[in-house]
Amino acid sequence: MEILTMSLKNLRDRIHRRELSAAEATTQFLTQIEKWNPRLNAYITVNERALDQARAIDRKLATGEDVGPLAGVPMAIKDMLCTKDLRTTAGSKILADFVPPYSATVVERLENSGAITLGKTNQDEFAMGSSSETSYFGVSRNPWDLDRVPGGSSGGSAAAVAGGLACASIGTDTGGSIRQPASFCGVVGIKPTYGRVSRYGIVAYASSLDQAGPMTRTVEDSALVLEAIAGRDPRDSTTAAQPVPTWSQNINKDLKGLKVGLPKEYFLDLLTPETRSAVDKAIAQVRAAGAETVEVSLPLTDIAVSIYYLVATSEASSNLARYDGVRYGHRADFSTEPARDLAEFYCRTRGEGFGSEVKRRIILGTYALSSGYYDAYYKKACQVRRLLRAQFLEVFSKCQVILGPVCIAPAFKIGERISDPLAMYLNDIFTTSANLVGIPGMSVPGGFSAQGLPIGVQLLSAHFQEQHLFNVGAVIEEAMAIKELPNVLQ
Amino acid sequence: MISEDEVARVAFLARLSISPDETKRLAAQLSTVLQHFENVAKVPTEGVEPLVTPTDIEVFWRADQVETWANAEVAVASAPEAVGNLFKVPPVVG
Repeated sequence: MEILTMSLKNLRDRIHRRELSAAEATTQFLTQIEKWNPRLNAYITVNERALDQARAIDRKLATGEDVGPLAGVPMAIKDMLCTKDLRTTAGSKILADFVPPYSATVVERLENSGAITLGKTNQDEFAMGSSSETSYFGVSRNPWDLDRVPGGSSGGSAAAVAGGLACASIGTDTGGSIRQPASFCGVVGIKPTYGRVSRYGIVAYASSLDQAGPMTRTVEDSALVLEAIAGRDPRDSTTAAQPVPTWSQNINKDLKGLKVGLPKEYFLDLLTPETRSAVDKAIAQVRAAGAETVEVSLPLTDIAVSIYYLVATSEASSNLARYDGVRYGHRADFSTEPARDLAEFYCRTRGEGFGSEVKRRIILGTYALSSGYYDAYYKKACQVRRLLRAQFLEVFSKCQVILGPVCIAPAFKIGERISDPLAMYLNDIFTTSANLVGIPGMSVPGGFSAQGLPIGVQLLSAHFQEQHLFNVGAVIEEAMAIKELPNVLQ
Repeated sequence: MISEDEVARVAFLARLSISPDETKRLAAQLSTVLQHFENVAKVPTEGVEPLVTPTDIEVFWRADQVETWANAEVAVASAPEAVGNLFKVPPVVG
């Protein structure tokens, strides 16, 4: 059991010192997957080669070869990231049998760092959702309460770490899809600055918003994983040329001189009292560590969700045009009823291949981009997006970190919101801004509700200032570190 | 508000076949969503340049060289239908 809840750093060090073999560690996680995945549905596909990868690491260790900073660490990868020769579905029927001929840069870098790929985790279809309920492969469950969602869209990645089904995982975050499930499952999740991490080989949802990032048991572990995956990639022209700092070695819990902004728009009456109290506790902790808190204002906060859904669905409608049933993915059966024209070939294939939330978003995005509506919706949203960024830059002239809630409330029940798209979209009020503006954001466990559900605290900083998130996150987690598996799983 | 006809028109633009039930449901749901999005219209934006990507993208150049990648068999391996190393599609009349 100890291995399943060990921090990545400890596990890595023990493997490196050969007190524990990578194969042993991997076997323990695979056993936990076998035991719990039928209930949690955290994984869509388990990697049959995981143990071989681990044995290869052990062989290298035995000969004293350089094995990389994540050597032997069993990790889970969200099914949005292409993995060579390992099925990659994006949670969709349209990609249900897709086996990529290449790996995403993130996956390549993890494997070059010695990490073991345990498998591919469940998610909302094409990362479109906040609950992991829109997956073609069925809903994932929250390890803290099996009747509740793990959040989304990286729900499987969060559930896998929380349930001891992976030491760490990779999620993607387009409007909160790492931070919200991290909050719901009591793990640390970071969405890096836009451009920090390569998007090459990641199934595109909304290209100006998508970023991949780590989901881990500790803040330091997040830093270690991010160090391995970040940095310029010639295959993604939006990656930044900036050098990648060694965040993990520079975590400083003395916050003297740091100003932490508390946006008044983030402390609304609609927060549940328990969420409010977790955030208040975090504020007290950062003050005790020497930081000064200042009230700031982000007046466009309540507009951010609208901007987000207009921008994200517009980009999605274009990105998802590639699924045409010709080169890969699902194709409708035309053997008994041939298509009358090419349009019908596409319409039937796509109509069958996409689930209802994806269709809803493609139609919304197509509408926002269509003639007569483009100026009023897409262009207008992009103009307000610039104003939103200006507000954040202004706030970051007064403080280095913004602290607030990730969500209004802890994890909700499966089925509770799925039939009301607007209610589901409004979940994302505190998370979408970071993607629109391109800044990094972190969810760090801040407390529990009376029902035993984890509650995350969100930290935001200016572009490329992830170190502040690791520093402040480390202070908050010190009081809150979750070292046990959820009761349900014990 | 978005009508059922409009939903059907946009769905065709997006090359998505949707059932009459879906069309009806989507018209109702998208109307509610679009009504909420009206809050964007209230923000004054005269003279504001649209922001389409959040960070300044540094332009970098690389040599325009052909690189060989995998092989055709690998590329067609996930195709719904293939003949040799070619994608196969059913005949369409139109």
